[in-house]
Amino acid sequence: MVKFAVRRLLLLVPILFGLSVLVFVFVRALPGGPEAALLGERATPERAAQVRAAYGFDQPLLVQYGKYLGQTLHLNFGTSTRYRTAVIDEITRRFPATIELGLSAIVFAIVLGIPLGYLAARRRGTWLDNASTVGSLLGIAIPVFVLGPLLKYLFAIKLGWLPATGRQDTRGFFDAQHPTNFFVLDGLVTGNFPAAWDAVKHLILPAIALGTIPLAFITRITRAAVLEVTGADFVRTAEAKGLTKQVVTRRHVLRNAMLPVVTIVGLQTGLLLSGAILTENVFAIQGMGQLMSGAIFDRDYAVLQGGILFLATVFILINLLVDLSYGLFDPRVRAAT
Amino acid sequence: MSIIEVAGPSAGGFQGGELLVQPAEESSAGLLRDAFRRLRRNPLAIFGAVLITVFVIVAVFAPLLAPYDPVATDLSQIRPGVFPGPSAQHLLGLDQLGRDELSRLIYGARYSLLIGVVSTAMGASVGMSFGLLAGAFGGWVDGVVMRLMDVMLSIPGLLLAIGVAAVLGRSIVSIMIAVAVVNVPIFARLLRSSMLVQGRSDYVLASRSLGVTRRKIVLGHVLPNSLAPVIVQATLALATAIVEAAGLAYLGLGSEDPRIPEWGRMLAETQSFLASAPLLALWPGVAIVVSVLGFYLIGEALREALDPKLRS
Repeated sequence: MVKFAVRRLLLLVPILFGLSVLVFVFVRALPGGPEAALLGERATPERAAQVRAAYGFDQPLLVQYGKYLGQTLHLNFGTSTRYRTAVIDEITRRFPATIELGLSAIVFAIVLGIPLGYLAARRRGTWLDNASTVGSLLGIAIPVFVLGPLLKYLFAIKLGWLPATGRQDTRGFFDAQHPTNFFVLDGLVTGNFPAAWDAVKHLILPAIALGTIPLAFITRITRAAVLEVTGADFVRTAEAKGLTKQVVTRRHVLRNAMLPVVTIVGLQTGLLLSGAILTENVFAIQGMGQLMSGAIFDRDYAVLQGGILFLATVFILINLLVDLSYGLFDPRVRAAT
Repeated sequence: MSIIEVAGPSAGGFQGGELLVQPAEESSAGLLRDAFRRLRRNPLAIFGAVLITVFVIVAVFAPLLAPYDPVATDLSQIRPGVFPGPSAQHLLGLDQLGRDELSRLIYGARYSLLIGVVSTAMGASVGMSFGLLAGAFGGWVDGVVMRLMDVMLSIPGLLLAIGVAAVLGRSIVSIMIAVAVVNVPIFARLLRSSMLVQGRSDYVLASRSLGVTRRKIVLGHVLPNSLAPVIVQATLALATAIVEAAGLAYLGLGSEDPRIPEWGRMLAETQSFLASAPLLALWPGVAIVVSVLGFYLIGEALREALDPKLRS
C-alpha cells in the first residue's frame, strides 16, 4: 500500500515537469501579453516595454523558464500582474472557497445519492424506483449553468429564502475574521456563529447546482451495484445463515456495493473542478475557477502558470486518494498493492 | 509493452491469415446486428433516438422552421427591463434586443450540432491516432504518447478548453478545437487499452503463429475489434461537447459575432434580466438539456447493447 502510494507520488514528478513546460509555452502563446490587458489598447510602446521589463517578460524564453522553474520549486509562483499580489497568496485566499464548494456538492450528492440508489434497488419497479431513474437521467443532462440560474431565480429572487451570489453577506459580516479562508470554519473557530450560518446559506444553492450531476451518477451506480450484489450467492448464504436483515445489508450488501460507488465518487470529484469554474461564475464566488478564467482574459501569466500546476497537483492527489480508498472496501486490493 | 511482437517481414503472404479474417468479421457483424436488435427493444434508447432526430431535423431545416430572422431586431417592442413574453406572433416572446426567441433557439440548434459533431470527430480521430500509435508499437512510443496524454488529463477539462479557446481567439472554429483537445487523451487511452485487451486474445496468437504480418494483425483484426468502446464513448462525447461548447459560450469565449444565436451565450446574456424575464433563461437551458439527454441515452443504451457480458 505504502509502496504503491510512493510510486504514484513519484509519477507526479514527470507529469508536473511536462505540465510546467506545456503551461509555460501555452501562456506565452496567448495573443496579446499582460501589458495589453493592463494598459488597454492605447498604451504607448514605451510604456508597454516598461511593463514587460518590470515583470521580466523581455528576457529570452529559456531564461524566463529557468527562473520560473527555480521559483516554482520553492513554491514561489511569482506575482500576479492583475492583483499585484503574490500568486501563492491569491491561491491560499481563493482555493478554500473552491474546496468548500466542491466538498458541499459532493457531500450533498453522497448523502442523498446512496440512500436513494439503495431504496430504488430495494423497491425495484415501484414509483420510487422509476422516479429516481428518470430524475437521475435528467440530472446527468442538466449543466451547472442551466440549473444554477433557475435555482437562483426560484430560491433567491422569487422566494427570497437564500442569497443569490457571493460567499457571505459582506455588509452584515464586514468584521468577520477569516483565519483559514474556509468561511464556515472561520465562523465556527472565531465563535461568530451567525457568520458561519450565513456562509452555509450562501453555499446551499451553488452546492445543489454543482452536486446534481454527481448525485445523478451516484444514485444510478448505487442502484445498479446493490441490485447486482443482492442477487449474489454470498448474500443468499448470509441470509440462509439466519443473519438479521440489518446485518446482511450492512456487512454484505452495502459493503460490496460500495466499490463501484467509490470509483464514481472519485471520478466525479475530479470533474467537480471543471464544474466549479462555471458554478463560481454563475454565483459570483471568488474561488479558484474565477481566478483562473479571469487570468486567461487578463493574460495574467504568473497566476495561470502557478494555478494550473497547483490544480493539476490537487487533481492527481485526489485520484491517488480515491485509488487508495479502494483498500478500505476491498481486502483483495489491500493484498495486491 | 507491445501487443504483438512479430519480428521482421514474416513468411511472405501466408494465405492462412485470410481464413482467420472470415470468422472475426462474421462475429463482429453478428455483434452489431445483435446490438441493434437490443437497442430497438430498449425504450430509453428509442426515446433518445426520437430526441436526437428532432434535434437534427430542427438544426438542418432551421431556415424553413424558424418563423423569423434570428438576428433581426425589433427595438420598438422593448422597454428597459420589460420584454414582451409569449404571444401568438412570438410563441416564446422576444429577447432583450427584440429578436424572436423561438427563431434564435431553432438556429442555435445548428451551432450546437455542428460544434458537437465536428469537435467530437476531430477529438476522436486525433485521439485514436495517438491510441493506435501507442497500442500498435508499444515500448517507448507507448511511453511517450501516454505520458503526454497523462499531462493533458491532469488539467481539468474545462480549464484546458478555456485555455485553448483563449489562445486561438474567439470563433466557432476555436471552440470546436478547444472541445476536441479535451477529448484527445480520452479517446487515446480508450483505444489503447481496448487494443491491449484484444492483443492478448487467442485469435491474435493464432494469427501470429500463422505468420500474419504485424501490420495486418493490428489494422485488420485488433483495431476493428477494439472499436466498440470507442463508438460508445463518441456518442457520450457528443453530449459532453454540446455542454462544453455552451459552457465556453456562457463564459464569453464563443464566436466573435454577437448576433450568432449560441445557446450558451443566450443563457449568459439573460442573466442580467433574470428577475424580469426568467423564461428567457429557461428556453436555451431546455434546448441544451434535451439535446444532451438524447445523446446520453443513446450512448448508455449502446454501451449496454455492445457489452459482451450482457450478450445472450
